Order: sequence, then structure tokens, then C-alpha cells
Amino acid sequence: MIEFTDVTKSYSVGTRALKGVSMQIEDGEFVYLVGPSGSGKSTVIKMITGELKPTSGTVHVNGYSLEKIRKREIPYLRRTVGTVFQDFRLIQNKTVYDNVAFVMRAIGAREREIRERVPYVLNLVGLDTKTRRHPGELSGGEQQRLAIARALVNNPSTIIADEPTGNLDPARSLEIMSLLMEINNLGTTMLVVTHEKHLVERFHKRVISIDDGLIVSDGMDGYYRYENQ
Amino acid sequence: MRINNLGYLIKEGIRGIFLHGFMSFAAVCVTVACLLIVGSFTCLTYNITLMVEDLNKTNEILVYVDEDLSDAEARSVGTLINKVENVYKATFVHKDDAFESFVETYSDKDSLTGVDTNFLRHRFVVILEDNGQFQQTIKDLEQVEGVAKISAARELAEGFTTIQNVLQIASVAVVGVLLVVSLLIISNTVKLAMYDRREEIAIMKMVGATNSFIRLPYVVEGFTLGMVGAGVAFGLEWFLYELLRNRMAAASTLKLIDFVPFQELLLPMIVTFFAAGLFVGIVGSWTSIRKFMDV
Repeated sequence: MIEFTDVTKSYSVGTRALKGVSMQIEDGEFVYLVGPSGSGKSTVIKMITGELKPTSGTVHVNGYSLEKIRKREIPYLRRTVGTVFQDFRLIQNKTVYDNVAFVMRAIGAREREIRERVPYVLNLVGLDTKTRRHPGELSGGEQQRLAIARALVNNPSTIIADEPTGNLDPARSLEIMSLLMEINNLGTTMLVVTHEKHLVERFHKRVISIDDGLIVSDGMDGYYRYENQ
Repeated sequence: MRINNLGYLIKEGIRGIFLHGFMSFAAVCVTVACLLIVGSFTCLTYNITLMVEDLNKTNEILVYVDEDLSDAEARSVGTLINKVENVYKATFVHKDDAFESFVETYSDKDSLTGVDTNFLRHRFVVILEDNGQFQQTIKDLEQVEGVAKISAARELAEGFTTIQNVLQIASVAVVGVLLVVSLLIISNTVKLAMYDRREEIAIMKMVGATNSFIRLPYVVEGFTLGMVGAGVAFGLEWFLYELLRNRMAAASTLKLIDFVPFQELLLPMIVTFFAAGLFVGIVGSWTSIRKFMDV
């Protein structure tokens, strides 16, 4: 579960990125986070992944409290949150298999577990035939699917997808969103940050709209309300 | 980090060397160059110090024995002199031999024929271990029973001491500065290598890798590069040193300058080179990566 209570965040340059955000995302939910550039979406994501701490208020992510968390506990928080980015952020000199396997190695998984789990996840995202390829040899859609497999492999309770379709054509975007939806159906909480109205409308889910550091709408018709403010 | 990762992480470290071949090559080259400079200067300083020490030993003190003592008694004073601290060697010179030597240096030898040598004293030629303790040793020698008089070139002894002191301070300062400069250069090269991989480190942090999991391959890489650099530098140093030594030995005009064989420097050089390589490799990679860990 992700819970923000009256969260503010001020940067040293004086910018107030969040001005009292409160929201709650239950386990297994699928939520869109929408808002214009500079609205505070990235700050919310960085707090969920433990990169930033709130200036005031409380943030709870999958059992970790951001105000109390120790630096050495942050890797363990991040293992509960898989992240997918617009620019994929894959390790170019590792193969498809190794890009996924090293995430399991990072948490100390045994080789036997890795040999079982990685092919399963790659099969889930449709990359089981390309395990020996390098990211540079894959299409944009395939690279994003690989990033999803990497986010998924440690079985996190939450996946955050930050503009996951930003670099893809409409057909590939739809494919990726369908994949995220499938993963959500398996029980993983999904928080998708997007600007793409047609995708939000196509998959009728909860939408949290944020603008100027404040949540301006939250509900199934959130995008509509965000656009019509 | 769990123990079952260790093999993987070591393998990753070795793999990283080949994967980032150019940066690895640059790091090894910089390490070799810096260690060669430091090593060469250390060898040079060591040899010069030895040469000054040898020159030091040419400064002789003449210790005259009481003329009332018999030959045998005079010789026995040598045992007491040799027991004095800082005395390297004391050689007995009979008064007749001393006279003969004097005559040898005199141009009008005939005028000295038939001269009674009894006006001369038996003496000891004393060489000191360390001219820095010259004054104290002279005082100690004066206390020895049977010693009548001491003749010594104080200024010469002090001159040698000054040269040795200056040389020591200069060599420590220069080697220290060279070492610091080398560490900075090598550390910067390692930093560049890390900068090259900041994205990779950020991804590892993002997926929940612990700091030790991220660090270990880089430390293995730094260690290996440091060792390779130290090995190459050591080999080159040995080769260049022997080459120079042989050339100098062959050149007749430079016979006065005789470098010690490299074997004499082998152990300290191995220890210094590999310790420096180890330190630079591990500390360099450990500290450089810290900057990119704060994600």
C-alpha cells in the first residue's frame, strides 16, 4: 500500500514541488497519475522509490515509512517497487537474459532460482526467444517489455511506470499498456504516469490528477476533470 | 550481499576490465607511469645515499696512544676503542709504519734517514658509523684509557652529515609529493572510468542493489588493474635500472658512480610497488564510486 498524508516537498532553491498531497493506493490497484510538466509527478515517484524524503507530512510505501527509513534500508524498499521508465534504462552491455537476471542477483537469489524465474518472466513479456540479444538489437517496444520484465522479476508488490509509452508508436503503446494491465490482474499494484489521454480513456481505471503540487482530482473520471479545470 | 553472489561479483569485476578496455588500459598506463617515476627516484636516492655513506667512511680520525705504553699494551687499547659506540672500525698503525708513510709523502727523503721514531706515538685509524654523532664519539674516545690525543677533521664530518640530512629530507619530500600527485592522477582516471558507468550504477541502485553489491565488482576491477599496473611497472623498473647500471659500468669515465644490483632492492621494491598498486586500485575505486552511489 502507498499512502501520502499532507505531504509537502520544498527544494533548496526554494521551489515547492508538493504543497500538501494526500492519497492512498491500495494493494492490487491500477492507478494513473496525470498532470502537466512540473506539476509534482516526478517528486511523487521519487518519494515512492526512496530517492527523496518529504519536507513535512508522512509517506508509507509497502510497509516502509519514509520519515524513519535508514539509508541502508532503501535498497530493501526499492525491491518492493519495480520501476519502468520512458527511456527504458537498460544496461546496454548485458544480454536480455542478464539484464533481468542481475536484478535477482542484486537481492542475493540463488542461481537455480534465477534459471527458473528469468525465462518465466521473459516468456510473460514475450521475449523468451531473444534472451541472448543485447538491448541495442531490440525494437523500442521490445526494450520496454524487457524493462517491464526487469521490474517484475523480483515479484514486487508495486510497479511504477513513468511514461512507459512515451517513446513508442500507438500500436506498441497499446501492447505495453495491455501487458501492464495483465500484470496488475496477477495482483501487482500499478501506478502509471502518462500524458496519453487515449490510453487513459481506453483502460477505464482510477486517475489521480496533480497540478502545481496539489491533487486536483481523484477518481474514475479523473482525466476528464483534470482537462476541464 | 550474500556469499552465493561472491563468485558472480568477482567474475563481473574481471569482465568489467575487458568490457571497458580503453579505460582499463588508461588506468594501467597511468599507474605504470606514476610508479615508474616514484620507483626511479627512490632507486636513485638509495644509491646516492649509499655513495655518501661510502664517502663518509673515508673520513678518518687518528687516535694517538700514550707513548708510555708498550707495543702490546698499545695494541690492546684497540679493543677498548672498538667497544665505543658508533666506532665502525679501528685499525692499529705502529709508529714505525706511520713514520714510513710520512717519509713516503716527504720530498726530501734523505734528510729523514736515521731519525729516531720514538718522538712519534702509536695510533689507531678510526672510522665512524655515523658522522652525525661525531662530537659525542670524540668525547667517548677521549675517555678511553691509554688514549693520549685525538686528531679529527670536524668540518669534513659535519659536511657529510649535512649532505646526508639534506638528501634525506629532499628525497622524502620529493617521493611524498610524487606519490600524492600519482594518487590524484590515478584516482582521477578511476573516477573517469566510474563516470563512464554512472548510468549502470544508477540502474543497480534503482532495482534495489545494496552498496556492497554495486561496489565489489569495481573494487575487484580496481584491485586487478592496480596489481597489473604494479607488475608492469616493477618489470619495467627492473629492466631500465639494470640497463642504466650496465651502461654506467661500461662507461670508463663513470666508474666512480657504481649503482647497487637491482636484486639488492628487490624486496623493498616489490613491497612498495604492489602495496601502492593495491592501495591505488582499491582506495581509488572505493572512493570514486562513492560519488555515484548517492542516488
